[in-house]
Amino acid sequence: MAHVTRRGVLAGIGLSIPAMTMMTACGGGKKPGGAGSSSELSAWILTGAKEKVFQDSFDRWNEKNPDDKFTTQSFANDAYKEKIRTAVGAGNAPTLILTWGGGTMKDYAANGDIIDLTGKVDGIAGRTIESIMQVAAVDGKQYGVPNNDTQPVFLYYNKDLFEQNKVTPPTTWTELMAAVETFKGAGIIPIALAGSSVWPELMWIEYLADRIGGEGVFQKIEANEKDAWSDPAITSSLEKIVELVDAGAFGDGFGSVTADSGADCALVHTGKAAMLLQGSWNYGTFKQDAPDFVSGGKLGYLTFPTVDGGTGDPANIVGNPNNYWSVSAKADEAVQTKAIEYLNDYNLDDTMVADLVAAGVIPSNTGVEDELAASDDADYLTSAYTMVQNAPHFQLSWDQALESSQSQQLLDSLSQVFLGQLDPAGFVTAMNATIK
Amino acid sequence: MMSTAAHRDEQQAPAAAAPDRRSARSSGRRRAAGPSDLLLLPALAFFGVFAVVPLIGVVVLSFTEWDGLGTPSFAGLDAWTAVLSDPVTWNAIKLTFLLTIVTYLVQFPLSLLLGTFMAGHQKYRELLSVLYFLPLLFSAAAIGIVFKALLDPNFGVGRALQIPFLQQNFLGDPKLAFWTVVLVISWSFVPFHSLLYQAGVRQIPATMYEAATLDGAGRIRQFFAITLPQLKYTIVTSSTLMIVGSLTYFDLVFILTAGGPGNATRILPLDMYLSGFRSNQMGQASVIAVILVVVGLTVSLALNRLSGADSMESQMEGA
Repeated sequence: MAHVTRRGVLAGIGLSIPAMTMMTACGGGKKPGGAGSSSELSAWILTGAKEKVFQDSFDRWNEKNPDDKFTTQSFANDAYKEKIRTAVGAGNAPTLILTWGGGTMKDYAANGDIIDLTGKVDGIAGRTIESIMQVAAVDGKQYGVPNNDTQPVFLYYNKDLFEQNKVTPPTTWTELMAAVETFKGAGIIPIALAGSSVWPELMWIEYLADRIGGEGVFQKIEANEKDAWSDPAITSSLEKIVELVDAGAFGDGFGSVTADSGADCALVHTGKAAMLLQGSWNYGTFKQDAPDFVSGGKLGYLTFPTVDGGTGDPANIVGNPNNYWSVSAKADEAVQTKAIEYLNDYNLDDTMVADLVAAGVIPSNTGVEDELAASDDADYLTSAYTMVQNAPHFQLSWDQALESSQSQQLLDSLSQVFLGQLDPAGFVTAMNATIK
Repeated sequence: MMSTAAHRDEQQAPAAAAPDRRSARSSGRRRAAGPSDLLLLPALAFFGVFAVVPLIGVVVLSFTEWDGLGTPSFAGLDAWTAVLSDPVTWNAIKLTFLLTIVTYLVQFPLSLLLGTFMAGHQKYRELLSVLYFLPLLFSAAAIGIVFKALLDPNFGVGRALQIPFLQQNFLGDPKLAFWTVVLVISWSFVPFHSLLYQAGVRQIPATMYEAATLDGAGRIRQFFAITLPQLKYTIVTSSTLMIVGSLTYFDLVFILTAGGPGNATRILPLDMYLSGFRSNQMGQASVIAVILVVVGLTVSLALNRLSGADSMESQMEGA
């Protein structure tokens, strides 16, 4: 038993490399699940609220193109991120490669794993928001197109708890700290935080750094400027985080809360926690897990509070501008052409937009105000859509924007700050060491 | 392949020159046993493809820089110095050894006593044995997910039953998480080792106990004077499996905590995985893999030597 485990682990790292090289060398025989073949259309999609929207879109294509069907396979978010990279590295990727834009997509582009789509995707470019499209451009070349919804991060809150405790929704940092105090006194977790998943902790430093120092702070980090993490805005953001943790804002048990299972949302809709800083996709989770809570108008949402003396634009948002489809360079040319045809004619078309709106998420298309206004979630969707359109800057999540070794160090160090194991100065030193 | 050729040479040697006693005897035995070299081939091929080749691959990769895309580039000792100067690595090594020692101290007495009990003839023994056996039927992934849900301080079993003790932040508190992992690992592996001990105890001849009873030895005395010495080799086997196995725990810990909170449960195998597949630093992950292989082989070799397993002989009466 023990030996099997050890071999399994070793094999994971060692064996996969020669094995995959062999598979690639053998050439694209059809494998179960569809990926790996260069002569057939395939796509990997993510599980969750939008899985069906993707699937329906491919089904509609398959109906019209019986000779060039897409095979699809679904993966959970975290598992997908690891699997796709191995597959791309081994030349074994599906035709359509889903990314978050940012560092990973740049890596793929630099290695020639995905093709330049400039001038080939005008169909889809014509119906999506320009700034969102831009996220998938590297050095003026378009390497991907948006494929689902835009995902800003909000401060969600439980309206009942706010009313019962006579708290008004906080718009400044001081008000937020006062609200934390009140809820803590009432025995309610002031802010739910999925600390076990770590990445939700990033949203705090992303917003704080932006509010305090503006979007330029992270742009310097992204550009790998020497000692970019030493920016005073980073240190004071971390101090604010420590202030929150010390005030008991996240409760004692945040290290046990996971985001993938929706436990952070559950804390809010079961009335155990008052607020939650999370991405817009969580509206879908709330709708799915607590339909009465949402339809009863108990779920509130706010933009992140302003910080006194901060120089950032309070209309700036962070999150994931979108997910993107890129086309694998390993696919045959005819297959690439078909995939591009899908992107132009089916991806984010009217039907898909309607499906996304029905799922409670914000499509990245231009001019969908009427669809949003007619939906069940008109208030939420319209205000979120307006917020995205009016945002002077939409910052991609830092862990997606940075190179993976840097973002892993960022997640490690940040989680230690939240646990009180690392002070802001230690964080800055650790992060500056990742700059090349 | 190499070793087969070497054996061939050895076989021809006696005819050509004056053979030494050892090779003459071994070649004579081989000839009598038929075409044994060829029969080795399938096993050797599997071992080569699935163990030796990847191992060499990992050693080679440890001297490169590779992010999983494109081609690895030679980087000399960069990855080695990076890993060995990283406090996270040393913390991982410390945690790995601590986990090995603590899980051994918990599992060994428990499984020995349970195994001995299961081999007896007490009332309800069979029913209880079935219950003890249950954890062995679940996959590590399932155990991890279920324990994570049960131990959740907000929605877990503690909250459901209103028991304050069970509402602690078991997996989210850096001080508690390690011990929680120890408990879950022990829970899931004790049944397997109990089974080994049960089989071991059942093989001890009843006559020994009868003689001891006649001589007036009590149950406790019998356990220490007969059961324990007779189980010597079972103890060696089970201990080797526990210790070498715990150096490489991965799946259960990955699902329970993924190395967190902070680095509180980031043991070496997890450190390797996270470096390789989250940070995409295959060179550094390979260095950790090489360290793991060396540590694992050294420990299992040392255990073999210490326990004198190369001179295994039965102490059983009449055997």
